[in-house]
Amino acid sequence: MKLYLPNSTFIGNIDPFLKNIDFSEKDKLEITANSKWIVVHPVVLSMVAALGLSVNPKNIACDTLTAKSAHYLQRMGLFKFLGIESGINIAEHEPAGRFIPLTQIKNSQELSRFIEEMIPLLHLQPNQVDPIRYVVSELVRNVIEHAGSQTGAIVSAQYYKKSNRIAIGIVDTGLGIKKTINQSHYALNHLDALRLALIPGITGTTKKEGGTEYNAGAGLFFIKAIAKVNRDFFMIYSGDAIFKLLKSGPDKLFADPFRDRHSASVNLPIWNGTVVGVDISLNETKAFSELLDLIRNVYSKTVKERRKARYKKPKFI
Amino acid sequence: MKTIKLFERVGSFAENKDVARDIRLKEIIPTVESGKDIVLDFSRIDAATQSFIHALISDLIRKYGNEILDKISFKSCNENVQKIIMIVTEYMQEGN
Repeated sequence: MKLYLPNSTFIGNIDPFLKNIDFSEKDKLEITANSKWIVVHPVVLSMVAALGLSVNPKNIACDTLTAKSAHYLQRMGLFKFLGIESGINIAEHEPAGRFIPLTQIKNSQELSRFIEEMIPLLHLQPNQVDPIRYVVSELVRNVIEHAGSQTGAIVSAQYYKKSNRIAIGIVDTGLGIKKTINQSHYALNHLDALRLALIPGITGTTKKEGGTEYNAGAGLFFIKAIAKVNRDFFMIYSGDAIFKLLKSGPDKLFADPFRDRHSASVNLPIWNGTVVGVDISLNETKAFSELLDLIRNVYSKTVKERRKARYKKPKFI
Repeated sequence: MKTIKLFERVGSFAENKDVARDIRLKEIIPTVESGKDIVLDFSRIDAATQSFIHALISDLIRKYGNEILDKISFKSCNENVQKIIMIVTEYMQEGN
Protein backbone atom coordinates (compact mmCIF):
# COMPACT_ATOMS: atom_id res chain seq x y z
CA MET A 1 0.00 0.00 0.00
CA LYS A 2 1.14 3.52 -0.71
CA LEU A 3 -0.08 6.85 0.52
CA TYR A 4 1.05 10.43 0.25
CA LEU A 5 0.46 13.01 2.99
CA PRO A 6 -0.14 16.34 1.23
CA ASN A 7 0.57 19.73 2.76
CA SER A 8 -3.01 20.26 3.87
CA THR A 9 -5.83 17.76 4.20
CA PHE A 10 -9.09 18.47 5.95
CA ILE A 11 -12.58 17.08 5.44
CA GLY A 12 -13.44 19.70 2.84
CA ASN A 13 -10.47 18.81 0.61
CA ILE A 14 -9.81 15.18 1.53
CA ASP A 15 -10.79 13.69 -1.86
CA PRO A 16 -7.38 13.99 -3.59
CA PHE A 17 -5.70 12.28 -0.63
CA LEU A 18 -8.19 9.39 -0.82
CA LYS A 19 -7.95 9.07 -4.60
CA ASN A 20 -4.17 8.68 -4.39
CA ILE A 21 -4.12 5.85 -1.86
CA ASP A 22 -2.86 2.64 -3.42
CA PHE A 23 -4.23 -0.40 -1.60
CA SER A 24 -2.29 -3.00 -3.59
CA GLU A 25 0.38 -5.15 -1.86
CA LYS A 26 -1.40 -5.17 1.47
CA ASP A 27 1.58 -6.58 3.36
CA LYS A 28 3.62 -3.39 2.77
CA LEU A 29 3.02 0.27 3.57
CA GLU A 30 4.94 3.12 2.00
CA ILE A 31 4.36 6.62 3.36
CA THR A 32 5.58 9.72 1.56
CA ALA A 33 4.79 13.30 2.41
CA ASN A 34 5.01 16.89 1.30
CA SER A 35 8.54 18.06 2.01
CA LYS A 36 7.63 21.54 3.24
CA TRP A 37 4.44 21.39 5.28
CA ILE A 38 2.06 18.71 6.58
CA VAL A 39 -1.19 19.67 8.27
CA VAL A 40 -3.71 16.87 8.28
CA HIS A 41 -7.07 16.24 9.88
CA PRO A 42 -7.01 13.58 12.63
CA VAL A 43 -9.11 11.35 10.38
CA VAL A 44 -6.12 11.08 8.04
CA LEU A 45 -3.82 10.10 10.90
CA SER A 46 -6.34 7.54 12.12
CA MET A 47 -6.46 6.08 8.61
CA VAL A 48 -2.68 5.83 8.33
CA ALA A 49 -2.46 4.24 11.78
CA ALA A 50 -5.24 1.76 10.98
CA LEU A 51 -3.50 0.69 7.78
CA GLY A 52 -0.19 0.43 9.60
CA LEU A 53 -1.63 -1.94 12.19
CA SER A 54 -2.21 -4.56 9.50
CA VAL A 55 1.42 -4.46 8.34
CA ASN A 56 4.56 -5.78 9.99
CA PRO A 57 6.60 -2.70 11.07
CA LYS A 58 9.54 -4.14 9.10
CA ASN A 59 7.49 -3.67 5.95
CA ILE A 60 6.58 -0.05 6.66
CA ALA A 61 8.70 2.50 4.85
CA CYS A 62 8.30 6.14 5.75
CA ASP A 63 10.18 9.00 4.13
CA THR A 64 12.39 10.96 6.47
CA LEU A 65 9.99 13.81 6.99
CA THR A 66 11.54 17.20 6.43
CA ALA A 67 8.46 19.37 6.76
CA LYS A 68 8.65 21.82 9.64
CA SER A 69 5.31 20.64 10.93
CA ALA A 70 6.24 16.93 10.85
CA HIS A 71 6.74 16.91 14.62
CA TYR A 72 2.93 17.08 14.80
CA LEU A 73 2.76 13.50 13.51
CA GLN A 74 5.25 12.50 16.18
CA ARG A 75 3.23 14.17 18.94
CA MET A 76 0.05 12.50 17.73
CA GLY A 77 1.83 9.19 18.26
CA LEU A 78 1.83 8.08 14.63
CA PHE A 79 5.32 6.56 14.52
CA LYS A 80 4.92 4.86 17.86
CA PHE A 81 1.67 3.42 16.54
CA LEU A 82 3.34 2.14 13.39
CA GLY A 83 6.31 0.78 15.33
CA ILE A 84 8.85 2.74 13.29
CA GLU A 85 11.45 5.42 13.93
CA SER A 86 10.59 8.88 12.62
CA GLY A 87 14.03 10.40 12.77
CA ILE A 88 12.39 13.46 14.34
CA ASN A 89 13.61 14.68 17.69
CA ILE A 90 11.18 16.68 19.75
CA ALA A 91 10.78 17.38 23.39
CA GLU A 92 7.64 15.44 24.33
CA HIS A 93 5.17 17.54 26.23
CA GLU A 94 1.83 17.07 27.89
CA PRO A 95 -1.02 17.03 25.40
CA ALA A 96 -3.38 18.92 27.74
CA GLY A 97 -5.60 21.39 25.95
CA ARG A 98 -4.46 20.52 22.45
CA PHE A 99 -5.03 17.03 21.14
CA ILE A 100 -5.86 13.41 21.78
CA PRO A 101 -3.10 11.23 20.35
CA LEU A 102 -3.87 8.15 18.29
CA THR A 103 -5.60 5.59 20.49
CA GLN A 104 -6.77 2.07 19.76
CA ILE A 105 -10.06 1.08 21.40
CA LYS A 106 -11.13 -2.55 21.22
CA ASN A 107 -13.89 -2.98 23.76
CA SER A 108 -16.56 -1.31 25.82
CA GLN A 109 -14.41 -0.91 28.94
CA GLU A 110 -11.61 0.75 26.99
CA LEU A 111 -14.15 3.11 25.44
CA SER A 112 -15.63 4.16 28.78
CA ARG A 113 -12.12 4.79 30.14
CA PHE A 114 -11.12 6.72 27.01
CA ILE A 115 -14.14 9.03 27.23
CA GLU A 116 -13.42 9.73 30.88
CA GLU A 117 -9.79 10.59 30.17
CA MET A 118 -10.42 12.43 26.88
CA ILE A 119 -12.48 15.33 28.16
CA PRO A 120 -9.86 16.78 30.56
CA LEU A 121 -7.29 16.57 27.73
CA LEU A 122 -9.34 18.88 25.57
CA HIS A 123 -9.91 21.48 28.32
CA LEU A 124 -13.49 22.14 27.31
CA GLN A 125 -16.21 24.15 28.97
CA PRO A 126 -19.01 22.02 30.43
CA ASN A 127 -21.47 23.13 27.71
CA GLN A 128 -19.01 22.04 25.00
CA VAL A 129 -18.49 18.55 26.35
CA ASP A 130 -21.85 16.96 25.50
CA PRO A 131 -21.64 16.78 21.69
CA ILE A 132 -18.01 15.65 21.71
CA ARG A 133 -18.31 12.75 24.09
CA TYR A 134 -21.60 11.86 22.46
CA VAL A 135 -19.96 11.64 19.02
CA VAL A 136 -17.01 9.58 20.26
CA SER A 137 -19.16 7.21 22.30
CA GLU A 138 -21.66 6.46 19.55
CA LEU A 139 -19.11 6.12 16.75
CA VAL A 140 -16.70 3.90 18.66
CA ARG A 141 -19.56 1.73 19.93
CA ASN A 142 -20.64 1.27 16.31
CA VAL A 143 -17.18 -0.08 15.55
CA ILE A 144 -17.06 -2.36 18.59
CA GLU A 145 -20.53 -3.78 17.93
CA HIS A 146 -20.87 -3.91 14.16
CA ALA A 147 -17.54 -3.55 12.38
CA GLY A 148 -16.04 -6.94 13.16
CA SER A 149 -12.66 -5.20 13.17
CA GLN A 150 -9.72 -7.18 14.53
CA THR A 151 -7.99 -3.95 15.48
CA GLY A 152 -10.98 -2.11 16.96
CA ALA A 153 -11.36 1.62 16.43
CA ILE A 154 -8.48 4.02 15.91
CA VAL A 155 -9.34 7.42 17.34
CA SER A 156 -7.58 10.77 17.39
CA ALA A 157 -8.64 14.38 17.86
CA GLN A 158 -7.19 17.85 17.59
CA TYR A 159 -8.27 21.24 18.90
CA TYR A 160 -7.66 24.10 16.45
CA LYS A 161 -7.36 27.33 18.35
CA LYS A 162 -7.67 29.65 15.33
CA SER A 163 -10.99 28.22 14.21
CA ASN A 164 -11.98 27.16 17.74
CA ARG A 165 -13.06 23.70 16.68
CA ILE A 166 -12.38 20.10 17.57
CA ALA A 167 -11.64 17.70 14.72
CA ILE A 168 -12.18 14.00 15.39
CA GLY A 169 -11.24 10.96 13.32
CA ILE A 170 -12.57 7.45 14.03
CA VAL A 171 -11.49 4.66 11.72
CA ASP A 172 -11.80 0.89 11.49
CA THR A 173 -10.73 -1.80 9.05
CA GLY A 174 -13.71 -4.07 9.58
CA LEU A 175 -16.67 -5.15 7.46
CA GLY A 176 -17.64 -1.73 6.16
CA ILE A 177 -21.10 -0.19 6.00
CA LYS A 178 -22.43 -2.09 2.97
CA LYS A 179 -21.86 -5.56 4.44
CA THR A 180 -23.28 -4.46 7.78
CA ILE A 181 -26.40 -2.81 6.36
CA ASN A 182 -27.01 -5.65 3.90
CA GLN A 183 -27.46 -8.07 6.79
CA SER A 184 -31.04 -6.71 7.02
CA HIS A 185 -31.58 -4.25 4.19
CA TYR A 186 -30.66 -4.05 0.55
CA ALA A 187 -28.05 -1.52 -0.43
CA LEU A 188 -27.35 -1.45 -4.11
CA ASN A 189 -23.82 -0.11 -3.71
CA HIS A 190 -21.53 1.46 -1.11
CA LEU A 191 -23.04 4.94 -1.47
CA ASP A 192 -26.56 3.59 -1.08
CA ALA A 193 -25.37 1.79 2.05
CA LEU A 194 -24.01 5.05 3.48
CA ARG A 195 -27.34 6.74 2.79
CA LEU A 196 -29.30 3.97 4.53
CA ALA A 197 -26.93 3.97 7.51
CA LEU A 198 -27.54 7.69 8.04
CA ILE A 199 -31.34 7.42 7.99
CA PRO A 200 -32.79 7.17 11.52
CA GLY A 201 -34.17 3.78 12.48
CA ILE A 202 -32.29 1.75 9.88
CA THR A 203 -29.88 -0.76 11.34
CA GLY A 204 -28.09 -3.74 9.88
CA THR A 205 -29.20 -5.86 12.82
CA THR A 206 -32.91 -6.04 11.94
CA LYS A 207 -35.62 -4.87 9.55
CA LYS A 208 -37.95 -4.21 12.47
CA GLU A 209 -39.00 -0.65 13.27
CA GLY A 210 -37.38 0.39 16.55
CA GLY A 211 -34.42 -1.91 15.96
CA THR A 212 -33.46 -4.69 18.33
CA GLU A 213 -33.24 -4.60 22.11
CA TYR A 214 -29.66 -3.40 21.69
CA ASN A 215 -29.60 -1.31 18.50
CA ALA A 216 -31.93 1.32 17.15
CA GLY A 217 -30.08 2.45 14.04
CA ALA A 218 -29.94 6.01 15.30
CA GLY A 219 -26.27 6.56 16.12
CA LEU A 220 -25.05 7.90 12.79
CA PHE A 221 -28.17 10.02 12.34
CA PHE A 222 -27.48 11.69 15.70
CA ILE A 223 -23.87 12.38 14.69
CA LYS A 224 -24.92 13.83 11.34
CA ALA A 225 -27.54 15.92 13.15
CA ILE A 226 -24.96 17.32 15.58
CA ALA A 227 -22.73 18.33 12.66
CA LYS A 228 -25.58 19.66 10.53
CA VAL A 229 -27.13 21.82 13.20
CA ASN A 230 -23.79 23.26 14.23
CA ARG A 231 -22.85 23.80 10.56
CA ASP A 232 -19.83 21.57 10.80
CA PHE A 233 -18.24 19.13 8.39
CA PHE A 234 -18.95 15.43 8.68
CA MET A 235 -17.66 12.66 6.41
CA ILE A 236 -18.13 8.94 6.15
CA TYR A 237 -16.08 6.81 3.75
CA SER A 238 -16.60 3.08 3.29
CA GLY A 239 -15.96 0.79 0.35
CA ASP A 240 -15.52 2.99 -2.70
CA ALA A 241 -17.90 5.75 -1.57
CA ILE A 242 -17.75 8.87 0.50
CA PHE A 243 -20.57 11.05 1.82
CA LYS A 244 -19.65 14.52 3.02
CA LEU A 245 -22.03 16.82 4.82
CA LEU A 246 -21.09 20.32 3.78
CA LYS A 247 -21.39 23.45 5.87
CA SER A 248 -24.90 24.59 5.25
CA GLY A 249 -27.12 27.56 5.95
CA PRO A 250 -30.53 26.56 7.27
CA ASP A 251 -30.87 24.57 10.44
CA LYS A 252 -33.45 22.27 8.91
CA LEU A 253 -32.69 18.67 9.66
CA PHE A 254 -33.60 15.93 7.21
CA ALA A 255 -33.92 12.20 7.79
CA ASP A 256 -32.55 11.51 4.31
CA PRO A 257 -28.90 12.65 4.18
CA PHE A 258 -29.15 13.22 0.44
CA ARG A 259 -31.54 16.10 1.14
CA ASP A 260 -28.84 17.84 3.20
CA ARG A 261 -26.23 19.97 1.45
CA HIS A 262 -23.64 17.34 0.71
CA SER A 263 -21.15 15.92 -1.72
CA ALA A 264 -20.87 12.26 -2.59
CA SER A 265 -18.29 10.39 -4.63
CA VAL A 266 -17.90 6.81 -5.75
CA ASN A 267 -15.15 4.79 -7.43
CA LEU A 268 -12.60 5.81 -4.81
CA PRO A 269 -9.96 3.25 -3.76
CA ILE A 270 -11.82 0.66 -1.71
CA TRP A 271 -11.49 1.14 2.03
CA ASN A 272 -12.24 -2.14 3.80
CA GLY A 273 -13.93 -0.75 6.86
CA THR A 274 -15.31 2.65 7.77
CA VAL A 275 -13.75 6.08 8.13
CA VAL A 276 -15.58 8.87 9.95
CA GLY A 277 -14.39 12.44 10.37
CA VAL A 278 -16.25 15.18 12.22
CA ASP A 279 -15.49 18.82 12.97
CA ILE A 280 -17.26 20.37 15.91
CA SER A 281 -17.16 24.12 16.16
CA LEU A 282 -17.03 25.40 19.70
CA ASN A 283 -18.17 28.88 18.61
CA GLU A 284 -21.42 27.89 17.04
CA THR A 285 -22.36 24.92 19.15
CA LYS A 286 -26.10 25.02 19.42
CA ALA A 287 -27.50 24.15 22.81
CA PHE A 288 -27.62 20.36 22.95
CA SER A 289 -31.19 20.51 24.21
CA GLU A 290 -32.33 22.44 21.10
CA LEU A 291 -30.61 19.87 18.94
CA LEU A 292 -32.47 17.08 20.74
CA ASP A 293 -35.80 18.83 20.02
CA LEU A 294 -34.98 18.86 16.32
CA ILE A 295 -33.91 15.21 16.35
CA ARG A 296 -37.07 14.25 18.20
CA ASN A 297 -39.30 15.92 15.63
CA VAL A 298 -37.52 14.45 12.61
CA TYR A 299 -37.21 11.00 14.15
CA SER A 300 -40.85 10.84 15.13
CA LYS A 301 -42.01 12.03 11.69
CA THR A 302 -39.75 9.52 9.92
CA VAL A 303 -40.95 6.54 11.96
CA LYS A 304 -44.59 7.53 11.39
CA GLU A 305 -44.02 7.87 7.63
CA ARG A 306 -42.26 4.50 7.43
CA ARG A 307 -45.03 2.89 9.43
CA LYS A 308 -47.68 4.42 7.17
CA ALA A 309 -45.82 3.20 4.09
CA ARG A 310 -46.27 -0.38 5.35
CA TYR A 311 -50.05 -0.06 5.83
CA LYS A 312 -52.06 -2.51 3.78
CA LYS A 313 -54.22 -0.79 1.20
CA PRO A 314 -57.89 -1.78 0.94
CA LYS A 315 -58.78 -3.51 -2.28
CA PHE A 316 -61.64 -1.78 -4.05
CA ILE A 317 -63.08 -3.91 -6.78
CA MET B 1 -41.25 -0.39 44.41
CA LYS B 2 -37.59 -0.73 43.53
CA THR B 3 -35.21 2.16 42.88
CA ILE B 4 -32.11 1.75 40.70
CA LYS B 5 -29.48 4.45 41.15
CA LEU B 6 -27.79 4.63 37.77
CA PHE B 7 -24.88 6.90 38.70
CA GLU B 8 -23.38 4.13 40.82
CA ARG B 9 -23.30 1.87 37.75
CA VAL B 10 -22.44 4.19 34.90
CA GLY B 11 -20.97 7.39 36.30
CA SER B 12 -22.02 10.85 35.14
CA PHE B 13 -22.09 9.99 31.41
CA ALA B 14 -24.48 7.12 30.78
CA GLU B 15 -23.19 5.54 27.58
CA ASN B 16 -22.22 1.95 28.36
CA LYS B 17 -24.90 -0.15 26.66
CA ASP B 18 -23.60 -3.39 28.16
CA VAL B 19 -24.32 -2.04 31.62
CA ALA B 20 -27.73 -0.79 30.45
CA ARG B 21 -28.62 -4.24 29.14
CA ASP B 22 -27.47 -5.91 32.36
CA ILE B 23 -29.61 -3.57 34.43
CA ARG B 24 -32.62 -4.27 32.22
CA LEU B 25 -32.21 -8.04 32.21
CA LYS B 26 -31.14 -8.57 35.80
CA GLU B 27 -33.09 -5.89 37.63
CA ILE B 28 -35.81 -4.14 35.67
CA ILE B 29 -37.44 -7.18 34.08
CA PRO B 30 -37.52 -9.31 37.27
CA THR B 31 -38.97 -6.36 39.20
CA VAL B 32 -41.64 -5.65 36.60
CA GLU B 33 -42.52 -9.34 36.35
CA SER B 34 -42.96 -9.54 40.10
CA GLY B 35 -45.61 -6.85 39.75
CA LYS B 36 -43.61 -4.06 41.39
CA ASP B 37 -43.07 -0.57 40.00
CA ILE B 38 -39.57 0.65 39.27
CA VAL B 39 -37.77 3.99 39.63
CA LEU B 40 -34.77 4.68 37.43
CA ASP B 41 -32.85 7.33 39.34
CA PHE B 42 -30.74 9.58 37.11
CA SER B 43 -29.42 11.76 39.97
CA ARG B 44 -25.86 13.05 39.25
CA ILE B 45 -26.03 11.83 35.65
CA ASP B 46 -25.36 14.81 33.45
CA ALA B 47 -25.71 13.14 30.04
CA ALA B 48 -26.87 9.93 28.42
CA THR B 49 -26.68 8.61 24.88
CA GLN B 50 -29.67 7.48 22.91
CA SER B 51 -28.00 4.07 22.61
CA PHE B 52 -27.79 3.73 26.39
CA ILE B 53 -31.44 4.65 26.91
CA HIS B 54 -32.45 2.36 24.04
CA ALA B 55 -30.58 -0.59 25.57
CA LEU B 56 -32.11 0.21 28.96
CA ILE B 57 -35.80 0.48 28.08
CA SER B 58 -36.70 -0.19 24.43
CA ASP B 59 -37.19 -3.91 24.84
CA LEU B 60 -39.52 -3.34 27.78
CA ILE B 61 -41.86 -1.37 25.52
CA ARG B 62 -41.59 -4.02 22.81
CA LYS B 63 -42.22 -6.92 25.22
CA TYR B 64 -44.81 -5.47 27.57
CA GLY B 65 -46.44 -2.79 25.39
CA ASN B 66 -46.78 0.93 25.97
CA GLU B 67 -48.44 0.34 29.35
CA ILE B 68 -45.08 -0.59 30.83
CA LEU B 69 -44.37 3.13 31.03
CA ASP B 70 -47.00 3.32 33.79
CA LYS B 71 -44.79 1.04 35.88
CA ILE B 72 -41.52 2.94 35.35
CA SER B 73 -40.62 6.36 36.72
CA PHE B 74 -37.57 8.33 35.59
CA LYS B 75 -36.28 10.29 38.57
CA SER B 76 -34.09 13.43 38.64
CA CYS B 77 -33.40 13.57 34.91
CA ASN B 78 -31.94 16.81 33.60
CA GLU B 79 -33.46 18.43 30.53
CA ASN B 80 -31.25 16.63 27.99
CA VAL B 81 -31.65 13.22 29.55
CA GLN B 82 -35.42 13.76 29.63
CA LYS B 83 -35.38 14.62 25.93
CA ILE B 84 -33.41 11.52 25.01
CA ILE B 85 -35.83 9.36 27.00
CA MET B 86 -38.70 11.08 25.15
CA ILE B 87 -37.09 10.33 21.77
CA VAL B 88 -36.65 6.63 22.60
CA THR B 89 -40.11 6.14 24.13
CA GLU B 90 -41.74 7.92 21.19
CA TYR B 91 -40.05 5.98 18.42
CA MET B 92 -40.66 2.70 20.22
CA GLN B 93 -44.39 3.46 20.63
CA GLU B 94 -44.81 4.89 17.15
CA GLY B 95 -43.11 1.90 15.60
CA ASN B 96 -45.26 -0.66 17.44
